[in-house]
Amino acid sequence: MNQLLGFVKKEFTHIFRDSRTMVILFGIPIIQLMLFGYVITTEIKDARIAILDHSNDNVTREIKNKVLSSGYFLLDANLKQENEIDPIFRKGNVKEVIIFERNFAQRLEREGTANIQVIADASDPNTAQMLYNYTNGIVQDYTKKKYAGFTIPVQIKSEVRMLYNENMVGAFMYVPGTMALILMLISAMMTSITIAREKEMGTMEILLVSPLKSTHIVLGKVAPYLLLSIIDAIVVVCLGNFVFGVPIRGSIVVLAFLVILYITMALSLGILISTVANSQQVAMFISGFALMLPTILLSGFIFPIENMPYPLQLLSNFMPPRWFIDALKQVMLKGNGLAYIWPNILILSAMTTVFLVLSIKKFRLRLE
Amino acid sequence: MRTILYLLQKEFIQVSRNRTMLPIIFIMPLVQMLVLVYAATMELKKVDITVVDMDLSETSTRLTSKFEASTFFHLTRAQLSPAETDQLLLKGKANLVVTFPHGFEQDLKRNDQASLQVMVDAINGSAAELSNAYLQTVIADYNQKIRAEMMGVPKFTPPEQVNVIPAYWYNPELNFKFYMAPGVLVILVTIIGLFLSSLNLVREKEMGTIEQLNVTPIKKYQFIIGKMMPFLIIALLDLTFGLLVAKIVFGLPFRGNILTLYIFTSLYLFLIMSIGLFVSAISETQQQVLFVSFFFLIVFIIMSGLFTPVESMPLWAQKMDLINPIYYLIRIIRNVVLKGSGLFDMTRELLRLTVYGLIMFSLAVWRYRKTV
Repeated sequence: MNQLLGFVKKEFTHIFRDSRTMVILFGIPIIQLMLFGYVITTEIKDARIAILDHSNDNVTREIKNKVLSSGYFLLDANLKQENEIDPIFRKGNVKEVIIFERNFAQRLEREGTANIQVIADASDPNTAQMLYNYTNGIVQDYTKKKYAGFTIPVQIKSEVRMLYNENMVGAFMYVPGTMALILMLISAMMTSITIAREKEMGTMEILLVSPLKSTHIVLGKVAPYLLLSIIDAIVVVCLGNFVFGVPIRGSIVVLAFLVILYITMALSLGILISTVANSQQVAMFISGFALMLPTILLSGFIFPIENMPYPLQLLSNFMPPRWFIDALKQVMLKGNGLAYIWPNILILSAMTTVFLVLSIKKFRLRLE
Repeated sequence: MRTILYLLQKEFIQVSRNRTMLPIIFIMPLVQMLVLVYAATMELKKVDITVVDMDLSETSTRLTSKFEASTFFHLTRAQLSPAETDQLLLKGKANLVVTFPHGFEQDLKRNDQASLQVMVDAINGSAAELSNAYLQTVIADYNQKIRAEMMGVPKFTPPEQVNVIPAYWYNPELNFKFYMAPGVLVILVTIIGLFLSSLNLVREKEMGTIEQLNVTPIKKYQFIIGKMMPFLIIALLDLTFGLLVAKIVFGLPFRGNILTLYIFTSLYLFLIMSIGLFVSAISETQQQVLFVSFFFLIVFIIMSGLFTPVESMPLWAQKMDLINPIYYLIRIIRNVVLKGSGLFDMTRELLRLTVYGLIMFSLAVWRYRKTV
């Protein structure tokens, strides 16, 4: 026991003396949350547009004013001819061009309809669609004002309730995801790299000939990261709660249990990787590409799983973070308890067992 | 020049003998293109909607079948109590629940208006907004139709109408893959440029082999160029390979000039490798390099506009993007590949990348010490 404690102490000293590692451990979660919370939005604001007005009459001027004073658009250029459109798009600043047809006001008055063409730069398809929707909304709003006082008969109204996230805050999506990513980063990647480092440096031999049992070596390597991961999880939850208002509607005990289970899973995965990898580079690339990318992409962190093609949906079932993020959202945002998340817990436990059994089988006391 | 050639020869032999690096160099682009581009989609496809119809009138059943007819929704009909509806949403079995109350049709006929209830699981805010918007269009369409039927007018139209006709240039089918694929290529060349080259240098330090190089007459800049060139070539090869995969697998159009793309990418790689070498010059171990690069990589990627438009970000974040290399290349590559922009369309980016690259290169050369 004393030996183990001494070993754990050595590991802690290792970590604390390396300031860069500390930055990674605590800087990444905080900065990432801040970026996701403040920077990542898909709202349209000050999008640059160009206008090609063939008519330039009262009505088009009024519509232009409405569009430009809406706060969504900024005028970049007034065009004279159609052939100026392609070059301006190619520069990449202008996202949309609005074209008013000839004799706009006249046609509107005499024929009852007039056309505006909106050309959007669809190299970013989502933004293009949103820009069109916003422009259309502003124009329709303008015409509606013209026949104000006109009540519409036979109306179906919908009372919409946005559940669990009334204000549709993006952080509700990103906090659970960030937690899954950070814990994976610290637990799996850091453990695998430190063990691989001992191998690469040759210091593993010293540990192996010491009276420490191999389980103690592994435990000693893992213990500091377990503690640091728990601290990080607390930091993420608190930040999410105090800064972005992400609630914890479920039981804290269930939440803690879930987080510890996930950390255990990630740690055993890290040990497994280190039994395969002989150098830090290999450990890094395995955990970087075999773990990070799936954690970000195939877990429903940013991109909903339901939207993916079927083979990828199938693949996502094998990604531990998927089950963790799902359970985390249920506990934190919906207030669900064990009665709802037991399948997730069962799957995560099974995965942990598999990783542990595999790494015990692969862990060798002797180096070649 | 000959010194550099020998250094290059040494580096290439080292890379080709490293059995773990080779698969990373050649399999990574393939996997990234196939998995990343297909996984990273914001298009909504199947939204699970449950309709609780307590009215069971003609109006409500017809509207329900309108929902069913849309390819956007996956519809289930159920008779549920409010508590059961809550359960359904809590379990995540439905994204949307639409409830027609008793007397829905009667209200509509007698009072000229009726309400239905929509409950949306809004944890994913933007998806919730989108699916609700879609639901509302279906309802509005249907509303217009029954209004015409009930009032006996062919179609109810406001007195004056402005039609806003959309045209989507460069990507008329609004294919999200065309948007993601060029961005993913940037991540690919970044990983190669930043990680492989910086790890390579610091590994020599860690192994002690750098001492052997330090005592040779190789100049500092020659050494740094020798470390950069192989990975520049590998990254450009991977870029070409990735573009080919994108073209074959999902028909990514290539409107621009490939040479323009190579020039921009080389400039970018020169910059990103200088950053990598600078980081490795100030680090002692591979672990430190990895962590520092990882940290910046995550921040740079999130802020680069890979997933969300830069224009939507707060102003301070847009200002910060001035020093974000990934932001520049993503913008450039999308413009070149999808719109066919040339060097002169993006002189600003060209200039900034060059100056930025030269600054970082000088820093890297300056920080690299031959003496211990």
